[in-house]
Amino acid sequence: MKQFAYFPGCSLEKIALSYNQSTVETTKVVGIELKELEDWNCCGATAYFHVDELLAYTLCARNLAMAEKENLDLVAPCSACFKNSYFTNQALKKDPDLAEHINVALQEDDLHFSGSIEVKHLLEVFVKDVGFEEVKAQVTHPLEGLRVAAYYGCQIMRPRKDHEDVEQPVFFEGLMAAIGAEPVPFPLRLTCCGGSLLISSREAALSMIHNLLKNADDNGAAVIATACPLCQINLECYQPQVNQEYGTNYHIPVVYFTQLVGLAFGLPDKAIGLGSELISATPLAQYAA
Amino acid sequence: MAKPSFSQEVANLLYAAKGNPLNTCIQCGTCSGSCPSVEFMDHTPRRLIGLVLADMKDEVMNSNTYWYCASCFQCTVRCPSDIDIAETMYALKRYSIWKHIHQEGLVGPTFSETFVKVIFRSGRSFEPVMATSYLFSSGLKEWIQEAAMATGLMLKGRLPVLPPRIKRLDNFKRMIGKVIPLGGES
Repeated sequence: MKQFAYFPGCSLEKIALSYNQSTVETTKVVGIELKELEDWNCCGATAYFHVDELLAYTLCARNLAMAEKENLDLVAPCSACFKNSYFTNQALKKDPDLAEHINVALQEDDLHFSGSIEVKHLLEVFVKDVGFEEVKAQVTHPLEGLRVAAYYGCQIMRPRKDHEDVEQPVFFEGLMAAIGAEPVPFPLRLTCCGGSLLISSREAALSMIHNLLKNADDNGAAVIATACPLCQINLECYQPQVNQEYGTNYHIPVVYFTQLVGLAFGLPDKAIGLGSELISATPLAQYAA
Repeated sequence: MAKPSFSQEVANLLYAAKGNPLNTCIQCGTCSGSCPSVEFMDHTPRRLIGLVLADMKDEVMNSNTYWYCASCFQCTVRCPSDIDIAETMYALKRYSIWKHIHQEGLVGPTFSETFVKVIFRSGRSFEPVMATSYLFSSGLKEWIQEAAMATGLMLKGRLPVLPPRIKRLDNFKRMIGKVIPLGGES
């Protein structure tokens, strides 16, 4: 049993509750224990860094320091939480002066950053810490014939962390194949969903969502799998608006990868939050034969 | 001491960025070609960098380009000169918020500030308050679309009713007070 400190993030409390439910249930099956940070705060999404860098680092460092207290690596299922936590960890580890400055602030909450842990995205935990073999071993209902567009989005892959290949990743497709599904070619799998531009620059975001839906649809995807609440919300909830703006008629379910993993593990719909989507994903259950 | 030029000011805002300085830009346009929202920008990222290097401050600050950056970092990972371009856009956003200069009618600056204020009050993000930062500036069609979606989400139990709060909020606020002046926000 491997333990991680779990930072669900604000979206997973409500709007992406199904991601939280399916994360908790599927990790149990593969022997991962997630220990939720007891008083985590918002990672800042893209907004903190627009306003003040030092503030952004401080807020992310508070979560890191809580994970350090537990002596556990931190795992985040949301791409923005992951990216902000990961790069704050890296920046503070590299810059002792910055860390010292922020530690003065953290004292107010009896916390201290020392740089003793690593930060991972949930997808990475499934791919590297669990591994495809162990995932396959737990599959009771392979999703045979389910054509899935594995959508990486942005902040899992970018910015680059080391010298890894950020242009041609294959691990998400690999995970989908491990649960018996059929990953379809999806050239725009690394292209942005629009993120918070949906709020600030709606026209641009709707165009970006439209491109992604078209690309998934053109390649015959029956479902889009995501690993980020913002990607899920943009791609699912804004389909009616895209249809209205572009005269299209898309009706593609968009689910969290953990929900597909959960289906393949034979977990009940309710346990993995199926049924809370606006575009029904219940037809997917027929593949879990 | 001579007043720093605009391009120097921008360079100073990038102290924490990992990439090379802007003046290593070779104007190849890989950033513009990789940008998913370039068609909505009034200057492409390549041209914006050129304008910064030419110290054309008004032209830069009044462009919508940096507020149309979605933080996808495609430009950053592809830049052959290793300039952290997305981080440059962040620097311009910060400059724009501090100096209160940006193109009229943009939602981005208000949204970022509202977001941060919500976090100061509760430690957690809360969608319904965020919505107020931008819905007032949008048209009737957007209102109706958003209302329809909110209703759908509510019926599925996906919208929070009460704002969430962290437990140690007092400590949290004091912690923030140590890094930035809070003004009327505490």
